[in-house]
Amino acid sequence: MSLQTDFICSAASAIHLAIISQKSEIETLDQAIGDGDHYINVLRGAEAIVSMTDELAPLSPEEALNKIAMKLLSTIGGAAGPLFASLFMGMAKVAKHNGANTTLDIAAAFAGGVQELIKRGKGKVGEKTMLDVLVPVAHTFIFSAIENKTTKEICIDIQITADKGLASTRDLVATKGRAAGLGERTIGHLDAGAKSCQVMINEVCNLILKANN
Amino acid sequence: MKKFVNNVDNMLIESLSGFAKAHADLVELHLNPNYLTRKTKATNKVAIISGGGAGHEPLHAGFIGKGMLDAACPGQVFTSPTPDQMIAAAEAVHADKGVLFIVKNYAGDVMNFEMAAEMLSFENATVLTSDDCAVINSTFTDGRRGVAGTVIVEKCVGSIAETGADLSTCKAFGDKINAQTASIGVALTSCTVPAAGKPTFEISDTEIEMGVGIHGEPGRKRETMRAADAMIKDMIDAILTDLSLIDSQQAKNTEILLLVNGLGATPLMELYLIYNTAEKLLTEHGLNIERALVGNYTTAIDMTGASITVCVLDDEIKLHWDSPVHAAGLRWGV
Repeated sequence: MSLQTDFICSAASAIHLAIISQKSEIETLDQAIGDGDHYINVLRGAEAIVSMTDELAPLSPEEALNKIAMKLLSTIGGAAGPLFASLFMGMAKVAKHNGANTTLDIAAAFAGGVQELIKRGKGKVGEKTMLDVLVPVAHTFIFSAIENKTTKEICIDIQITADKGLASTRDLVATKGRAAGLGERTIGHLDAGAKSCQVMINEVCNLILKANN
Repeated sequence: MKKFVNNVDNMLIESLSGFAKAHADLVELHLNPNYLTRKTKATNKVAIISGGGAGHEPLHAGFIGKGMLDAACPGQVFTSPTPDQMIAAAEAVHADKGVLFIVKNYAGDVMNFEMAAEMLSFENATVLTSDDCAVINSTFTDGRRGVAGTVIVEKCVGSIAETGADLSTCKAFGDKINAQTASIGVALTSCTVPAAGKPTFEISDTEIEMGVGIHGEPGRKRETMRAADAMIKDMIDAILTDLSLIDSQQAKNTEILLLVNGLGATPLMELYLIYNTAEKLLTEHGLNIERALVGNYTTAIDMTGASITVCVLDDEIKLHWDSPVHAAGLRWGV
C-alpha cells in the first residue's frame, strides 16, 4: 500500500461526512465534561480541508499533509488546532524523509505524527484524551505492517484498537485538557477528543476496506 | 436560545465590527487573520498582546489602548485564536523592543500562542495567568485556569511597558502579579454558546456551581443555593487559603485590590451587594482594601454568576494600577 494524494482528498471528504453523522454524540460528550465546542472545531477543520482539495490534488502526499496542517492550524483554534496540525506536520515530516511507498512507511508516518502531537500537547496515554486512541492505533499499525498482514487485516486491527482505546476513556479520570478540573466527575464519560479520533480512523479504514473489496 | 443574532456564523465578525466602530478613536480592526490594534501605534516600548476565545468581553479587545494592550487576538467563542492571528498582530505592533504575550492558562491558548511564539522572528516572551484557585493546583499539568485576575495583569504590565521597561522586566512583573492574585467564580445559571444553541450545563433553580470556569466548566462542587453571604464567605475563604492569608495574624494589614467581576448576566446591583459582603469579610479579617473594581470585566457570555479576585498589592503594583489607562473597557486618569 502506498499513500496517494487523491486518497488523502477522498479521506478528507469521508471524514467530513462521518463527523457530521456523529454530531450529537460528540457534542453530548464534550458538554458532559468539556466546554462543548469540540464538534464545531473539528467540523470547521474538516470543512476547510474539503474545500481545499483542488489545491491539494497536484501536491505530493507529504506536501498535501503539510498544507493540511497549516490549514488546520489557522482554522480550528482551541487545543484541537495545534494538536491536529502537529499530527499532520509530523506525518508530513516522516513521509518526506522516508517516502510513503509501503504500508510500513505509512505506519511510520502516522507514528511520527502522533509523536509530534504528544510533543505539542505534553500528554500521555491514560489521561482521557485523544492519545488513548491515537497511541494504541500507531502501535497496532506499525506491528501489523511489520508482520506483513494484508491491508484488510491491518484495517480491521486498527478499527478494533481504536474502539478499545475509545472505550478505555470511559473509566479514566481526566488529568489533561479542560475536563481535568473535574477529576473523578469525568469517570463514566467517553472523551470527546478520543471519540472524534476514533470516528476519523474508523472512516479512513472503511474507505480502504471498500476499495480493497 | 434567545439572543441578538442574525446568523450564528457571523456573530463574531458583526460584534467585532460594532466594537471597532464604537471605539474608532481607540482601536482598529484587521480581518483575515482577525486581530485588533491601537488606532495609533506605540513606539519605543515592549508590545503587549493578549488574546483568547470570544465570549469574555470586554476581555481582551476592550483593554486595547494607551496604558494597557497594544493588540488583541479574538478567537471564535470560547475557542483559542490561531497562531496566524498572533503573528500578524505581533508584526503589526512590535516596536523593536520585543513582544509580550499575556495568555490565560488553557491548553488551547497555551499551544496556539506557543506555536506563534516559535514562528516569530523577533524577541518575545509570555506571561501565563492562572489566578483561578477553584481548580486545586495538583499534578494536573494544565495547572490552574486564568480568569478575571488577567485584567489586573494586563493593566499593570501595560502600564510598566509604557515606562519603557524591557521585555524581561515586563514579563517578571506579570508573573509576580499573577502569583499574588487569586480568584474564584460561582454560577447560578449556565451560559449558552451561540453555535451550540443550548445551555452548556444543566443546573436547577436551587443549585449553584461553586468554582465555575469562565467557559462553564464545572468547578469544585455543585451546591445548594444559599443566602448570598454564605456563598461569598466560602469564596473569600477559598481565596484567602490560596493566598496563605487565612491566618488572620498573617493577613493583618496586608494591602489588597478587590475585584468583583460579573460573568455576563448578573446586574451591577447584585455585584455591589457581593462587594459589600466581600469588603466586610476581608476588612474584618484584617486586610486593607486599598483598591477596588466592580463590573463586568471577564465574562462567560450570558452566565448568571460572579467571581471575586484578590490581588496582594505592593507599591509597584499600586503605582501601575493607578496610572492612566485609555481603553474601551477601562479608563481613568485621562
